[in-house]
Amino acid sequence: MSNIDDELTHPGPAETTAGADGHVPASSVRLPFGRNPRHFGIDPSDPWPADVPMDQDDTHWRFENDPKGAKRAERRIAACWTVTLLASIAVCVVYVTGANNQLAGLCYGLAFGGLGVGMILWARDLLPGHEVTASRGHHEVSSEGYRVAVAESFSRGTDAIARRPFVFKILAPAAGLLGLGTLFGPVASLGPRPHTDLYKTKWGKGTRAVDQDGNPIKPTDLPVNGILTVFPEGYMDDALSPTLLINVGDSDFKVQPQRAGWNLQGPYGNIVAFSKICTHAACPASLYNVQRHQLICPCHQSTFDVLDDCRPVFGPAPRSLAQLQISTNSDGYIISVSDYTRAGGGPVGPGFWNRG
Amino acid sequence: MSTTQERAAAQKRFALAKSGLDTVDERFASSKWLVSALDKIFPDHWSFMVGEIAMDSLIILIATGIYLALFYVPSSTDVVYAPTSGHVYLPLVGQHMSEAYQSVINLSFDVRFGLIMRQAHHWAALIFLAAVFFHMCRIFFTGAFRKPREINWIIGLALWQIVSLEGFTGYSLPDDLLSGTGIRVIYSIVQSIPLVGTWLAYALWGGRFPGSTFIPRLFVIHEFLFPLAIVGLLTAHLMILWHQKHTDFPGPGKTETNIRGSRVWPQYAMKAGGLMMLTASVTFLLAGFVQINPVWLYGPYTTYTVSAGSQPDWYLGWLDGSVRLWPHWEFRSFGHEIPNPFFPGLLIPSILFGIMFAWPWIDKWIYKDYGPHNLLDRPRDKPFRTGVGVAAGMFFTDLTLACATDLLANNLHVPFERLIEVLQYGVFVGPIAGFVVAYWTCLHLQRTDAHPIRRPVGGIIYRTASGGYHTVGDVHHDDHGHDDGHGDHGHGGPHSDTPGGQSPRHDAPTPEPVAGD
Ligand code: HEM
Ligand code: FES
Repeated sequence: MSNIDDELTHPGPAETTAGADGHVPASSVRLPFGRNPRHFGIDPSDPWPADVPMDQDDTHWRFENDPKGAKRAERRIAACWTVTLLASIAVCVVYVTGANNQLAGLCYGLAFGGLGVGMILWARDLLPGHEVTASRGHHEVSSEGYRVAVAESFSRGTDAIARRPFVFKILAPAAGLLGLGTLFGPVASLGPRPHTDLYKTKWGKGTRAVDQDGNPIKPTDLPVNGILTVFPEGYMDDALSPTLLINVGDSDFKVQPQRAGWNLQGPYGNIVAFSKICTHAACPASLYNVQRHQLICPCHQSTFDVLDDCRPVFGPAPRSLAQLQISTNSDGYIISVSDYTRAGGGPVGPGFWNRG
Repeated sequence: MSTTQERAAAQKRFALAKSGLDTVDERFASSKWLVSALDKIFPDHWSFMVGEIAMDSLIILIATGIYLALFYVPSSTDVVYAPTSGHVYLPLVGQHMSEAYQSVINLSFDVRFGLIMRQAHHWAALIFLAAVFFHMCRIFFTGAFRKPREINWIIGLALWQIVSLEGFTGYSLPDDLLSGTGIRVIYSIVQSIPLVGTWLAYALWGGRFPGSTFIPRLFVIHEFLFPLAIVGLLTAHLMILWHQKHTDFPGPGKTETNIRGSRVWPQYAMKAGGLMMLTASVTFLLAGFVQINPVWLYGPYTTYTVSAGSQPDWYLGWLDGSVRLWPHWEFRSFGHEIPNPFFPGLLIPSILFGIMFAWPWIDKWIYKDYGPHNLLDRPRDKPFRTGVGVAAGMFFTDLTLACATDLLANNLHVPFERLIEVLQYGVFVGPIAGFVVAYWTCLHLQRTDAHPIRRPVGGIIYRTASGGYHTVGDVHHDDHGHDDGHGDHGHGGPHSDTPGGQSPRHDAPTPEPVAGD
């Protein structure tokens, strides 16, 4: 290392002299930093700043004067890299013998780790380097001359534009509308307009309620305190339609005004139907606390009182779950009488701007 | 080898290197720049390494991500998981699922080394975000965002946002029950935006939730749009950093116009390479031994089921917590409504990020300090700023705890209602308490000049430029301090640095560096 330094710091002649082949012998070149190859960020044309010490030397390394230590360090590093070597082979063995995930992780970890530790040891013990203090240079701001110059260059253009304010006044809105106009079509094509889509589910007059295996449900299928998620037949995938049938038995279910007869009453109990879609952020409100007749939404813990219109009694949900009017058809299967309605607390799910 | 042999070998190497570098120079006139690049000073402080860890994890993310993309099928087409010739996950056999979910299951069980790549990708994402977050905190508490580095603060915050979203879109891709639930909530938040919410949601999802367009779009966003933005912003971030040079902790001999550290070549570069290898090592050890996002246990997404205990990855917990803690309020009038999720899901984060983006200018205004700074503040020297940072930390911690109320309630055997109420009060009490404690601690530390963690008290050991050590009892009267036009850069001493420009140090206008032609 120091040999090269000697070469570099040889003072050369003032002029560079190129040989016949255009190449310059290194020893005859004047280096930009003169005798000191460690310029520490200082512009060669500047005087040496007061806050950068002159005697700094970061070309030494830890075991420079300790050949035995250096040999030991070399062996340590070699050992680390041998780990990498072996682990890299091992990881291929792991692959062909069934690719156990833990073993693969271990081998990868050892391969990368050995390489990394070795590199860090190499840097610490055998490579030159040391903290030094350098200059930040003076390019944090440009000189005032350049600042004026750039402002003038810029004004050359703006002056010309300002001479014709009228065309500029037309250009600005034209460019703006060009932007909007070109974007409108592509953006509009990204998706359909919502129209009244969010007001609708797939329930309707006489739609049979089916469970998740597609089987229609009879009131007698649902024991007292039983709860079942049902779907409009054929529309398992519609995100707003899932509905809960709950048999509240002879608990004191408060029938809301205008909703008499929306539930199914009989020897099997009292079955009510409420939207499963939380009015907060549309998670399925799927936990049922039978003792308290409360539905809990697992997402943000909104709690709904089933006996009282599925009114939210705790948590962020702002509105009751909507109620679905149900009945049975001539075969005795549970059907919806209509889609969710305003009277039932619809539309279902979380709010939106023109829900009103 | 004898010295002459060594010398000859060195000369040969030199000639070789030079002819190579000459070849480059003849094309790019690169020598002047390369000299300064190889001699560039990098800081040796450990806290600067965290940024490197972030970069290393990004490289791991891109490498493993490209691999995952070779197997992932961005499709929500319904399929039934059936035994194949390869490895199957028996509990799922016969279940309906999207092709996307199926491809991730196959990648995990049937593709050899697929699982470790997936887990390495996810772990790298967590490490990446942790590193970026730590990095951000350091910048804030030490005042590194001050002039001339405001733009990098803004780019950094934008990166934090995009990287969080990148993580979110990433763990939404497998289309398992957990990710589907998260997407459903996001849809509701988008839908809650006043005026344009429903249109926006329909445009992004191509219609009503869930629709079949969204997973392919999510894939394009996660694997093209956001990575492009991240790499672009990161490049700008690093170029600015390179140009402005890093900040520096104050200390003897340090001034606004000099910089302390090691030259990049060769020792520092080797250390940095070693650190990258260690980051990879830790990532893959975690990927091998610590299971993450076992989507086969969550099951495929359906619109009507959800598992209790759905938590996002840690870096988005605060958003989920915010949505949980906001009361049942929403606003309705004139036939329109601003739905509940809008406030905690968009409005509050926007206000918070607004304050964070504006902080460099708020900070200037508070301290009446408009000048450029290369030397950092110690957190204790700016009790108000430190207090605000700790308060923000308490706020985010409170919200993050709130995202796990269901788990916490189960484990602590308290009703979740009480827990949520406590955390609702915590939103206010936590930050105030945090501010007061931090402010008081700063003043105390100023007075005693103690290290916040290390004891005993009574002096600071400094390492000098030449590698020696000396102890300083009262740095205030330490003649190693340099007059750099900014006064003593507060390594300790009782400063009363209250907002409103009481600080004696900053009343004097900071002289601009004099520019000479
Ligand atoms: C830049 C930062 C990135 C972050 C923070 C990130 C984060 C994530 C996360 C958390 C996951 C979920 C993994 C899981 O299933 O547990 C994921 C999945 C995925 N990522 Fe990334 N990612 C990043 C970059 C990329 C890039 C650059 C690509 C591709 C070029 C990519 C491709 C994928 C693919 C295909 C998946 C889904 C496959 C799967 O989950 O198994 N990611 N990402
Ligand atoms: S979605 Fe039900 S509580 Fe938030």
